Amino acid sequence: MHELGIVFYIIRDVKAVAAENHVEHVSTVVMDIGGVSTVVPHLLTDCWRWAADKEELLKGCELKCNIIPAVTWCDDCKQEYETVKHGKTCPHCHSGNTWLLRGNEVEIREIQVKELRC
Amino acid sequence: MNEVKVIEIKKSVFAENEKDADALRVELKNKGVCLLNLMSAPGSGKTTTLIQLINRIKDKIRVSVMEADIDSDVDAVKIKETTGVPSIQLHTGGMCHLDAEMTRQGLDNLDLEETDLVILENVGNLVCPAEFDTGATCNAMILSVPEGDDKPLKYPLMFTVCDLVIINKTDVMPYFDFDIERCKRYIHQRNPNATVIPVSAKTGEGIEALAEWLRGKLSC
Ligand SMILES: Nc1nc2c(ncn2[C@@H]2O[C@H](COP(=O)(O)OP(=O)(O)OP(=O)(O)O)[C@@H](O)[C@H]2O)c(=O)[nH]1
Ligand SMILES: [Mg+2]
Ligand SMILES: [Zn+2]
Ligand SMILES: [Zn+2]
Repeated sequence: MHELGIVFYIIRDVKAVAAENHVEHVSTVVMDIGGVSTVVPHLLTDCWRWAADKEELLKGCELKCNIIPAVTWCDDCKQEYETVKHGKTCPHCHSGNTWLLRGNEVEIREIQVKELRC
Repeated sequence: MNEVKVIEIKKSVFAENEKDADALRVELKNKGVCLLNLMSAPGSGKTTTLIQLINRIKDKIRVSVMEADIDSDVDAVKIKETTGVPSIQLHTGGMCHLDAEMTRQGLDNLDLEETDLVILENVGNLVCPAEFDTGATCNAMILSVPEGDDKPLKYPLMFTVCDLVIINKTDVMPYFDFDIERCKRYIHQRNPNATVIPVSAKTGEGIEALAEWLRGKLSC
């Protein structure tokens, strides 16, 4: 359900960029999805297929999800660790004084447009 | 020959909604209207608590309610019947949350000139509503005793975005291993500035403290 809402946001943003750049058809949209962003990539692509094909601009357009592994920073021992494996507690020093560095992204990285050239 | 042109965007999908939400907040401030976004898991007692609260404050504060639901309108009807204040239903069309645009559409159906406080009962869900800024002037959530005191650890974002955490159903405390002090500690780990108010929407205990907090919010 959440993924559908995000798909509508992607479509709105891509439409705006396409209009600015006088693009008539987009062939690929590339996303950066953080590992702990709560977005499930395969659900996102399912929702995308359903919604994108309703738009002239996005018919058949592929949504590629590039996964960004989540990394947490420990403020006590000044080291990084894998968030998904260890959660909130630092595996090096067992501190809970830790912050997510990356992995929360839901970003549109780029769109790709096939151009006819001779 | 086909060539691929790449247009870089590098933009969070939430950015546009955050802009809409900020704009809505400014408009509401100029109109002197406070918008309280109330969130919780399904069944934590949002509607029951609202009824108690509204009946306590409605003679001094002009309240309206927007009930967000995926499909039904039972909550909007219940609020109208039990409190008499204006109450409208927003359908999210299958979506698990409301965003600033949907909130604005709902507000268009209320007479804001005649309103001091709009309360939005968000969709019952501890994950999604926390990620979508509605444009509310303050965010509150209800955690009910049967859900357990460890929820701030499991749903950190929800507790981070809320100015107020209401702990509801304190009347059933004897039947559950719910430690209020431990829960407060977990909440403040996520959000040092959160106000925590324990209530029972069933017995009415703590509702006056809640009303007092709200009066404080409205006066500034
Ligand atoms: N014992 C007890 N029960 C409560 C209390 N508050 C609410 N309930 C009960 O909890 C159930 C759910 O309450 P609602 O107010 O409908 O909860 P809600 O959060 O609005 O639910 P949704 O809108 O479906 O997400 C009802 O059966 C209420 O009677 C309370 O303080 N104590
Ligand atoms: Mg309800
Ligand atoms: Zn969702
Ligand atoms: Zn450490």
